[in-house]
Amino acid sequence: MNLTTGDILALLPIILVTATSVVVMLMIAFKRNHSLTALLTVAGLAAAAFAGMNQLGQPSLQVTPLLVIDQYSGFFNLVILSTSIAVAIFCHGYFDKREGLPEELYILLLTTTLGAQVMVSANHFVSFFLGLEILGISLFALIAYPVTTLTKSGLPLEAASKYLVLSGVSTGFLAFGMALIYASSGAMSLVDFKVALSSSGLEYYAVGGIAMMVAGLAFKLSLVPFHMWTPDVYQGAPAPITAFVATVSKAAVLAFLLRAFALLDAYQYESVVFVIVALAMASMLVGNLLALLQTNVKRILAYSSIAHLGYIMVAFLAAGSSDLKSDVAPQLLAVEAVAYYIVAYIVTTLAGFGIISLFSSAGAAPDETRDFDQIDDYEGLFWTHPWLASVFTVTLLSLAGIPLTIGFIGKFYILAAGVHNAMWSLLFVLVVGSGIGLFYYLRLIIVMARNADGAVAPASGSNLSLPSGGRWVIGVLALLIVWLGVNPSPLIDFIRAMAQTMG
Amino acid sequence: MILIWLILILFIGGVAAWLAGGVNSKAPRVVALITVLIDLLLFLSYCSGLDLSTAINAGDLAGSNVWIVQFMAPWIPQFGINFLFAMDGVTLTLNLLTLFLGVVAIFAAWSEIDQKTGFFYFNLLWVLAGVIGVFTALDLFLFFFFWEVMLIPMYLLIAVWGHEKKEYAALKFFIFTQVSGLLMLLSILALVSINYQQTGVISFSYMDLLGTQTDSDVGMWIMLGFFVAFVVKLPGVPLHNWLPDAHTQAPTAGSVILAGVLLKTGAYGLLRFIFPLFPEAATAFAPIAMTLGVISVLYGAKLAFAQYDMKRLIAYTSISHMGFILIGVFAWNTLALQGAVMQMLAHGVSSAALFALAGGLQHRLHTRDLREMGGFWTIVPRTGAIALFFLIAALGLPGLGNFVGESMVLFGAFIASPTVAVFATIGVIFAPVYALKVAQDAFQGETNSRFDVSGKLTDLAPHELLMMGSMIAVLVVMGLYPQPLIDTLAPAIDSMHQLAQAQISVIGR
Repeated sequence: MNLTTGDILALLPIILVTATSVVVMLMIAFKRNHSLTALLTVAGLAAAAFAGMNQLGQPSLQVTPLLVIDQYSGFFNLVILSTSIAVAIFCHGYFDKREGLPEELYILLLTTTLGAQVMVSANHFVSFFLGLEILGISLFALIAYPVTTLTKSGLPLEAASKYLVLSGVSTGFLAFGMALIYASSGAMSLVDFKVALSSSGLEYYAVGGIAMMVAGLAFKLSLVPFHMWTPDVYQGAPAPITAFVATVSKAAVLAFLLRAFALLDAYQYESVVFVIVALAMASMLVGNLLALLQTNVKRILAYSSIAHLGYIMVAFLAAGSSDLKSDVAPQLLAVEAVAYYIVAYIVTTLAGFGIISLFSSAGAAPDETRDFDQIDDYEGLFWTHPWLASVFTVTLLSLAGIPLTIGFIGKFYILAAGVHNAMWSLLFVLVVGSGIGLFYYLRLIIVMARNADGAVAPASGSNLSLPSGGRWVIGVLALLIVWLGVNPSPLIDFIRAMAQTMG
Repeated sequence: MILIWLILILFIGGVAAWLAGGVNSKAPRVVALITVLIDLLLFLSYCSGLDLSTAINAGDLAGSNVWIVQFMAPWIPQFGINFLFAMDGVTLTLNLLTLFLGVVAIFAAWSEIDQKTGFFYFNLLWVLAGVIGVFTALDLFLFFFFWEVMLIPMYLLIAVWGHEKKEYAALKFFIFTQVSGLLMLLSILALVSINYQQTGVISFSYMDLLGTQTDSDVGMWIMLGFFVAFVVKLPGVPLHNWLPDAHTQAPTAGSVILAGVLLKTGAYGLLRFIFPLFPEAATAFAPIAMTLGVISVLYGAKLAFAQYDMKRLIAYTSISHMGFILIGVFAWNTLALQGAVMQMLAHGVSSAALFALAGGLQHRLHTRDLREMGGFWTIVPRTGAIALFFLIAALGLPGLGNFVGESMVLFGAFIASPTVAVFATIGVIFAPVYALKVAQDAFQGETNSRFDVSGKLTDLAPHELLMMGSMIAVLVVMGLYPQPLIDTLAPAIDSMHQLAQAQISVIGR
């Protein structure tokens, strides 16, 4: 198989990220410099994002049987790369003043990003599996990374072990599912599988294969009842890494799932759809209910992310139920809804965990052995750090889906897609789930607005100990949350163009 | 443009007040007062330039002449969502009420709020902006947007500056309104989706959606989504139970805004959307809704009588009075509708005044318990007299605004359903019982020795007197000479009425 120049250009974002990881590794071998390493990482990711942006208008291209580079993958590529840039900056602030050697972290960050990039371009089980494993293994090391500095709590190690074991199990499910599908159809590529499906229908092998794959993917997406690992990993991982786990790894898996379902037209199989409906409902309810019981902010956000994945699945399901009418509008609407909600979810979640990692950075946290994640830590934050607390409030409101924020537009999109496809029971659960969700989002806001005991008057100097790079990123994210919440048209246009090429 | 300015000035003024709080803790209240006054004067000068008589003979079916002013700019064109603001007679009077009570609320907070003042006035002004947005937005998405925008600042007003159980009350308020709001959003989306299937155009515009034909089952469900959201806000039994807590725990200014204008957004929604959009379903549902209205009137009155907490008592009277509005809207004839709007305005003023008085007493005495009060008339005669005035206004004494509203509603309701009117009238008999109970417990009888110490209980300050005086004047004018108000409202209400009637006859054929 020969690669043409066009192929290489199409792969440029992936190649650039790979190259950056090598360069960063070599540079660390010669000279250890944290800031320089971080800078190089960000530059490499930015270059990859730039390269990805340039090829957005291009027609889709199958590069090797494994990867397809099209608008859809290009869009998710951009989302993933920008998220990684933000995470890299948060990591710099978080690890800068801690003991230990933070430089290798960035190699791992680059390889996880690489894995996610491969996943969103995959239309073959092998490439998807490869991407997933690159992502998973690097992530496992990232979660355990601060084990030298935060040894007292031991949480990162616990989280990493949990992630390793459960992720291994779910990968096993996935691999077995793929094997079953291969046994039934002889296909590993989505396109071939579709051909096999349309000729022979859904055989028992294939049903079993799809079921196992859905279970494996539900693990990665932390849908109930495959969610057990989520709160522990979110709590134990260092805050910026949690941000990564919560955003990039979810988005990449979801992107593949949506592509696979749309390509295979898997929505026609009632049993599959039924399973996903059940997963979505359970996630929305259980995620929101369990979040009520938490006193740790990272765990609250973990359960809230479970619920949010449930909301996304509502739109995901809406993408399939276009059989009622002949027009393709509802399906497009649903694909748009999924994409928009992913963006909303990522921006908001990044801002949330970003703020936690800002306050957890060395020199700012009340307790060096853990992150700034106890709900009591947030008492009176409004009056000591008014700006960051305001941003956090906006973030929480966005998660709750209140207007003026991107989260509202996302929820509106999902509701619109759901109503258009008349999925009333799911929508009803969504409304109930959102209602429950208000409790814990508002509780956090109330805690921040409370008078802290002996709180000092807001001094302008109290922000100084927080890393400045991270504060800039938070500022940008806050602007995005509000701007895209008030003026969503540009992003809608962008996503719509992407969705149309996919349909 | 005027409508945009009304909202923008409040938004900007809110931010300015917040920033001013960083300079001086007394500055925000001045900024807030100036902002609302500018808004009020701007609006008054605009209204005085209007020739309402041209609009009076309107009432054509398209309703195009009814709108005094319209503004439209694209917002999210992909979904057919626009910044569509429009004002008719009903909106005009409600906007005036909102701005007027905005001034009252600022006066009520003037000396009571001494912590985090900048943020307080920020929230206050943003609530007002949200309410005006709700009254003027005619794009359903925009309407929902403002519906939610007014929630958060109100929530914060209660949660941060409220009384002993503030967090519980604020949470309850928020969840009730937010969840019912989501139901309304679902209904809006369903309506838009049906309209899209019929016309091929995605639009959230009220004018476009008016002609949507919904078959009766679907129409009923969609209508119920709206109904629940509005009745929660109104509030009507059985969705009322957030209100006593929210009212009791809110700071005085919060209660004033809550009772005065926020509840009216629910009433406004019932009036504007239910019948015009779903004439058939609403007609079928009217008996149930009116029954709920009667239950609200009677149950609210009964519970009011059982309260010892002064603010809680007034909160329950609100439920009772808002029940008349529910009856009025669902009686759906012009007399009842005009009565409902009159009741909205009059109740807005009288309940705001009562909450301001109760809040003032609490600020001075640190209690709201009627059992601990008594004999205040001799200590604070001006407060006593003014309180008596508003209590009597609330019970519906002829010659004051509330009487006009309630009696018009009852006359109108009698045409629609004599039974409902008869039972609702019993509520008018209950009203003096609880109203005079407040007057007797707090102001007459033995003076409680705890509060006899001179200096603790002081009479109304000049700015409070000014505020009360103006509210008294409004109620008296409304009661004695309501005709100009009725003329302003008439074209808007006539057109809404005819619109729904025309649709029913289309379906009937």
